[in-house]
Amino acid sequence: MSTRAVEQWTLEPLVKFVKEAGARLVLVMTSAGQVLAQHGFSRALDVMSAAALGAAIMASTEEIARQLQQPPFAALNHQGEKHGIFLAGVKTGRGRLIALVAYDLDASSLGLVQLFFEQLAADLQAASPKDSVPKQVLAADFERELSESLNTLFGR
Amino acid sequence: MTATASYGRALDLITRVSGVRGAMLVSAEDGIVVAEQLMEGIKGPAVAALAASLATRLLRAMEAAGVGASLFWHLQAEQGALLVVPTPNGILVVAVAEPDVNVGLVRLELLRAAEVVG
Repeated sequence: MSTRAVEQWTLEPLVKFVKEAGARLVLVMTSAGQVLAQHGFSRALDVMSAAALGAAIMASTEEIARQLQQPPFAALNHQGEKHGIFLAGVKTGRGRLIALVAYDLDASSLGLVQLFFEQLAADLQAASPKDSVPKQVLAADFERELSESLNTLFGR
Repeated sequence: MTATASYGRALDLITRVSGVRGAMLVSAEDGIVVAEQLMEGIKGPAVAALAASLATRLLRAMEAAGVGASLFWHLQAEQGALLVVPTPNGILVVAVAEPDVNVGLVRLELLRAAEVVG
């Protein structure tokens, strides 16, 4: 399984996390769903869908928290029969990022993912560029930027 | 008695043994702490997640070896020991102890606690 990053500072923390937590699929993305790194995905379409859905879930839960006058939920876990999905936010110098982790219950567990996610969050925070101004993605550039990101993520 | 109270009682059985630094009930499937009584400095969630992961792998090893499910494990380290009894309902009863703890006594209390929980 390959791990690839659009922004190279995310690569080492992600590789370490995948190895330790036994995660099957991981996306690190902005809250807008722009993917910075991925592990385990083999098709660009899957990355795009997962990123859009993950960002939407985070946005929904943040809004629920806002309506409850609570700070945003720290993490969200959805466990199925064979797989689990873990979604959580990470504060970095690059702004708030979202990590989407899918894990096999055979190979990992919520406890392991939570445990090593704390380390991932700290590693990303430490590795992120400081004082960087988030780049605005204009509609006109969106498709080109998306295409370039996907090419990088799949080594094309 | 409520589940929480019975879990507390189960942990009391273990932590009253001299040399035990903490006890936990851990969900074997999730690796999440269900209940704990730990001394300061022990990272409960980390111990729970890693012990549950180990339990899953040990279960597979026991099955592969054809010796049935594990009943008790004792990992001795330089500065302490980890002792675990799995219960039939998927809870691990875990004790973290000093290196020179009376292992036989801790095992007995872990098995008693497992009966209370399971």
